[in-house]
Amino acid sequence: MTTAIEVRGINKQFVLRHTRSIKEAFVWLMKGRKGDLSAKFHALRDVDLTVAQGETVALLGFNGSGKSTLLKHISGVMIPDSGTVRTRGRVAGLIEVGAGFHHDLSGRDNVYLNGAILGMTEAQIKERFDSIVEFAEIGEFIDTEVKFYSSGMYLRLAFSVAVHTDPEVFLVDEILAVGDEPFQKKCIAKIQELAAEGKTLVVVSHDLDLVARICDRGVLLDHGNVMFDGPIDEAVARMRGQR
Amino acid sequence: MSQTTDDGLVRPGVGGGLADVVRARFLLKLLVRKELKVRYRGSVLGLLWSYVKPGVQFIVFYIALGVFLGLEKSPRNENGLPNYAIYLFSGIVLINFFTEALGNASRSIVGNGGLIKKIYLPRQLFPVASVWVSAVHFFPQLVILVAACLFAGWHPSVFQLGAAVLGFVIVALLSTGLGLLFGAANVYFRDSENFVDMLLMVATWASPVMYSWTMVQDKLGPVWFTLYQVNPITVAVETFHWAFWLPTTDGSTPVPPHLLSIWLPVGLVVSALVLLWGQLTFRRLEGRFAQEL
Ligand SMILES: Nc1ncnc2c1ncn2[C@@H]1O[C@H](COP(=O)(O)OP(=O)(O)O)[C@@H](O)[C@H]1O
Ligand SMILES: [Mg+2]
Repeated sequence: MTTAIEVRGINKQFVLRHTRSIKEAFVWLMKGRKGDLSAKFHALRDVDLTVAQGETVALLGFNGSGKSTLLKHISGVMIPDSGTVRTRGRVAGLIEVGAGFHHDLSGRDNVYLNGAILGMTEAQIKERFDSIVEFAEIGEFIDTEVKFYSSGMYLRLAFSVAVHTDPEVFLVDEILAVGDEPFQKKCIAKIQELAAEGKTLVVVSHDLDLVARICDRGVLLDHGNVMFDGPIDEAVARMRGQR
Repeated sequence: MSQTTDDGLVRPGVGGGLADVVRARFLLKLLVRKELKVRYRGSVLGLLWSYVKPGVQFIVFYIALGVFLGLEKSPRNENGLPNYAIYLFSGIVLINFFTEALGNASRSIVGNGGLIKKIYLPRQLFPVASVWVSAVHFFPQLVILVAACLFAGWHPSVFQLGAAVLGFVIVALLSTGLGLLFGAANVYFRDSENFVDMLLMVATWASPVMYSWTMVQDKLGPVWFTLYQVNPITVAVETFHWAFWLPTTDGSTPVPPHLLSIWLPVGLVVSALVLLWGQLTFRRLEGRFAQEL
């Protein structure tokens, strides 16, 4: 069994800072450091998680339990305060697809820009370009600026670029909650296809029925602690029981 | 992009600094292109703004300083600088490059915050792309400068052209280094932008762009003048004067002593050290960008 993601004892504290300016920090220093400039908040506490290649894992938990924060550590956007995160192969986040889109550029320019942001090479984007446009069902609008796209077209194109990056590990955060019905179906079908191909998936979704269909394993987070890690049905049952 | 360990697992988010930028040069190219496209979209004058703004600035300075304050040499003002217009413009193009590059690089991390807190990518790309975009804007100004010089009978030597390239390199290294430094600092303290604005204003006047270096030496004496020369922008501007302006005159105006033998290498070293400092600071701070933005 090859490990795809290895999270060992990570802790993350956020500093809730009350100031954003040199001026305020200076005043605080001059006044003899009275009061707290910042308060700390534990978002992840001794989290351990080992995911094997080809596993499909659902991260469950209430809002603010640390699911997105954990995904950000796996993708490298955040670095833990202590503990280690290690991954194998390319990791791509379907986290807020379209984050790298620019409204004033054409669909075509955005495919190139976003593809490169997600780590594709020029040759890979060229090779997959037609397939990206076809999956997104954008057709002749590909050379129109994306600000003229409907929100559905915009999401389809962004999602299409993201799934065409062809990484080993996919991180999916809540994106299944957006878009219209047919688009959601298409996304879910694509994600199931990726799972069937043996890609490693880590999925965050509030739709418990959906994650039960896609994933084999469930990890329950609560206030930054792993409360349960095991078969998806049991995880979903516990999640339902907590409500 | 990431740090590899022996069993094939890598630690995500641990970048390789500016080496990552070289590896991601395709993305760098796209970011620069995006910036240029977006900036000039919908503006009627398009790229012409790159000519109009420095043009107006130049005319104002030329009239105020060259004519009113008498910096230009004329039959009634024998002590002025010959071809003051070219003297002024060859310094201004370099200062414009520095101002735009550092200003935009300092804002680039906060400006791209939406992306940085969602997707991992080499974050040094953003300040470097800002400097690159400014270099693209520098180019048309350089063309005008060269045209004006040729009109005034410019006959540079190969050494002078080479020195001009090095002068440009000094400013590029310096603005990248300071851009990394302030770009990162801006994430933590949003008012460091004000500090940069102040620095840019000082930079314009703390190098011999509008006036002659001899005035500084006369007033400051040798010790303080040496300090004045340590500023890499001063050296770069003097190099540009030597390369572009001096060959259009009779060449009788003195060049700062040891400009090529000492100050040009010193300027390169100081800029390189600033780049190293900016890079180290950036790498120390970038791990927390996503949560602070
Ligand atoms: N950059 C940040 N700075 C401070 N607090 C944060 C930051 N990001 C997230 N948090 C806090 O950490 C907790 C966990 O957030 P998150 O991982 O987004 O939860 P989830 O995705 O499970 O809803 C929340 O209470 C949130 O407010
Ligand atoms: Mg979340």
